Amino acid sequence: MELANIEKLLEKYLEATTSLQEEKALRDYFTSGNIAPHLEEYGMLFGYFKENQSETCTKIIKLKPEKTRKKNLKWLTIAASLTLLVSMYLGKQAYDEEKKREKQLKYYAQVKEALQMISSNLNKGNDALYAVSNNLNKGTEAVAKLDTYDKTVKTVLSKVNY
Amino acid sequence: MNQSDFIKAVLPFKDKVFRLAKRLLVSREEAEDATQELYFKLWRNKEKLAAYKNVEAFAMTMTKNYCFDRLKSKQANNLSLVHSNYKEKDTSLDKKIEYKDSVNQVHKLIENLPEQQRIIIQLRDIEQYNFDEICKVLDMKPTAVRVALSRARKTIREALIKKHNYGVS
Repeated sequence: MELANIEKLLEKYLEATTSLQEEKALRDYFTSGNIAPHLEEYGMLFGYFKENQSETCTKIIKLKPEKTRKKNLKWLTIAASLTLLVSMYLGKQAYDEEKKREKQLKYYAQVKEALQMISSNLNKGNDALYAVSNNLNKGTEAVAKLDTYDKTVKTVLSKVNY
Repeated sequence: MNQSDFIKAVLPFKDKVFRLAKRLLVSREEAEDATQELYFKLWRNKEKLAAYKNVEAFAMTMTKNYCFDRLKSKQANNLSLVHSNYKEKDTSLDKKIEYKDSVNQVHKLIENLPEQQRIIIQLRDIEQYNFDEICKVLDMKPTAVRVALSRARKTIREALIKKHNYGVS
């Protein structure tokens, strides 16, 4: 293409009034490697454009986000809540057991105290009974003495009667 | 829309989506992630896609919006977007260093343009969209697109001339 024509197109290009075909003509000219020296800056520009057209995305594009991770997360929450429930249940049971044990210990202590009271009172009663039994012995001895006295009196009386 | 229809409808412009994302997000990795994310979105909206006459323009608009969101959240995180160690994987090694350098120069100049002008340059000069399509993607009036494109082209050209002259003298 003639240089004059190129210059005219460049003017239009800068005003952004070129058509796509005209821009293609410019691109072809400036990437041909045969550029007029005073237009060298355009060579850089169009060279850059051309180079960038061929840049590609090398990453493999997936269509769906990894659902498995989401699913796993769902199962994980279910498992976590189940574990929580079970541990709460077990914890509650252990707590109740502990409470029960404490209560029983309290009852045991109360019963023990009561029994101790009974036993000490029982001892007092025993002492009293001992005292009674002692006196009873004395009484029996006295009765025995009385008996001998009675016998002697009887013998004396019979001797007197004869 | 089943899977094969979907692939037929959306996969042809995968690289265009990627290049637009890269133009806006700068780094290749981020652009690839953005492309992936966009295809997830398209797949989720696959029932609606059939209603669109121009699926590609719709996808490009989504790409643009997604990249803007990414940029916004990045600014919120105080992450800088400057990639000084930027490397172009695709430039083949046997090309002249000089040429590579000039390509990088143009790249940096475009990077310094406002986002909207960057998108328009990308869509017009690299993807060769016609003005109707660009208007659809950006939801702009044709005159506004032309003005922005003209401004962008002039800015790049002037900067290149300036650099070129400095280089010579």
